[in-house]
Amino acid sequence: MMTVPYADVPIEEKTRLFEEVKADARYDSYLYGCYECGICVAACPSARFYDFSPRKIAQALAREDVELVYEQMNDDVWNCSQCFSCLRCPRGNSPGGLITIMREVAVKNGLRTTREALAGYTRIIYKIMTTGTQVSPDMLQEDAFPDWGPGVKTVSDNLALWRRALPPETMHTTAQSWQVEERTIRELYAIWKWTGTLDMIAQVDEGLHDIMEEVMDDALEESGIDLGP
Amino acid sequence: MASDTLNKALNVINVERRGTGVETRRTFTPDPEQAQDEDLREAVLELEREGEWIVQRVPEPYYEAGTKYGRKKKIPYEKTWHHKSCGQCGHIPGYSTSIFWLNRVLGYDYFDPRDQTSCTAWNYYASATSNQAAQAAVAMRNFAAAYETGYFPVIHCGTSFGHYKEVRHELVHDHDLRRKVRAMIERLGRPFVMPEEIVHYSEWMYAVRDELKARVVHDLSPIVATVHPACHYYKLQSGDAIYDPEIYGGQRTAAVTAVVQAMGAEVADYSTWYDCCGFGFRHILVQRDFTRSFATLRKIEVMKQEANPDVVLTHDTGCVTSLDKSQFAAQAHNRSVGVPVMSESQFAALAMGAHPFRVTQLHWHSTDYRPLLAKMGIDAERAWAEFQDDLQEIEAGRLDYLTWDRVL
Repeated sequence: MMTVPYADVPIEEKTRLFEEVKADARYDSYLYGCYECGICVAACPSARFYDFSPRKIAQALAREDVELVYEQMNDDVWNCSQCFSCLRCPRGNSPGGLITIMREVAVKNGLRTTREALAGYTRIIYKIMTTGTQVSPDMLQEDAFPDWGPGVKTVSDNLALWRRALPPETMHTTAQSWQVEERTIRELYAIWKWTGTLDMIAQVDEGLHDIMEEVMDDALEESGIDLGP
Repeated sequence: MASDTLNKALNVINVERRGTGVETRRTFTPDPEQAQDEDLREAVLELEREGEWIVQRVPEPYYEAGTKYGRKKKIPYEKTWHHKSCGQCGHIPGYSTSIFWLNRVLGYDYFDPRDQTSCTAWNYYASATSNQAAQAAVAMRNFAAAYETGYFPVIHCGTSFGHYKEVRHELVHDHDLRRKVRAMIERLGRPFVMPEEIVHYSEWMYAVRDELKARVVHDLSPIVATVHPACHYYKLQSGDAIYDPEIYGGQRTAAVTAVVQAMGAEVADYSTWYDCCGFGFRHILVQRDFTRSFATLRKIEVMKQEANPDVVLTHDTGCVTSLDKSQFAAQAHNRSVGVPVMSESQFAALAMGAHPFRVTQLHWHSTDYRPLLAKMGIDAERAWAEFQDDLQEIEAGRLDYLTWDRVL
């Protein structure tokens, strides 16, 4: 007899998450049904290297198969490359877009598999949310990118000097990709707070959330931005 | 092995180089009725008439470029506000520097802002630790900042460009989202502004390709390039990417290829052109086994086997990163790799006499670019020595920074 994956999770919980996916304003424009033609799979880079299929994502959602959707939210969605090659779909579906929504719901609800998938990623979240630029020069460290060759260490060893050897005046930075004004960063913090984005981080990493909340609250206190109710 | 020796060896073993004509008898006639994505411009202007937002007009004079389904897209020549890319500025700084250098050489007025954040879409596509309203608010905050300067946004990153097109689509169609985002932007004391067009820098390159061609100082005729078109440039909101009947019969985007061909290099075709680069957003940072495999097995090796290029050119942050950095580890497995990768802005700058280290900053790249420079007639050793002199001047305190007047 076949066992249902995640049988310990009540069907009501799986249904609740499925309804949350469906309630996203973008959902209806991302899913129009499925011919099962497999064009999306043929174009999909992740399907070549993982047991992953954008066709199955579209089908499971279209059939409202809440068991399978829950399984995919745990085991499949983080394999997607988000390249949107699947937009070749002759039916106009966006399996990649559906996956974006499924991931978002998985994060908001703090699924264990999501926390695991993002475990090595939290330093990036900290960088983008607190500095306004995601990929800073000082992230180029040999222990983080050993497979990129010895050039990473050379960059890292010479970083401050090499950044000063860049003609654009905004790029003489090491901890940010470019100089971002204080006001600009504070406005970004306000956006993270107003939209509940900061709260989402608590579901992935509570410690990271607390650190970022302190950074943002301190900065916003001096900003004059009315955070309001 | 020197690249000309390598080329001779490959000629002996009969490696075929293919041209850019697509191998199909089908013809493609642009037809607005075939577009999956509607032309949003009228809706954007209608929302302005209804007082929903301000539309920032493309400054005149502008170039009118063809798009996939036939509509004309306005591309500004100057008065441009450069929405920089975090990955370019952070890890491939010669990419952005080359774009600015080209603007300066052509004499076009531009603005390099500090009142700009990343689009944050790399993070969104990697981790989903954000949401629709936040992503739209980040975009509209940046658009407001551009509007306040009087300069028109030109977007450096392919993902930022694609994501902002998605955001525009959502804001046009979703009244509730628009109201929510507008309220946030107004609380920040900013105007609520949508640009008339969302423009990628590679479209600007396309618009000025004849001006670039006129300034080429190195013979590019022996150079064979393969082009990787960036997924987020032309797959997201596909009707709003540049197409040209003279390039691939109008069946693929003309961005990059039209520029490189106009400047005199040969663009060779390869069968996996539609494949992504393997970047994966999350994968490039925490699951690079996938990125390395895809970038080398599905892209670099296929390019080498079918086209044997001297250089791979593309127009996006993630693509340069994946295709360049993935090649190092693949050498351990004796894979057929070893092709330099850069943006077409860096390649164009090199062709126009830009310094390979002061401007195109090739020392930040992983794969060996020296054979390419040699084939272009650029003395890499001499240029590196000159750059070392600059660094010594900075270290000695005689120079604070390398300034534009030293590189123009």
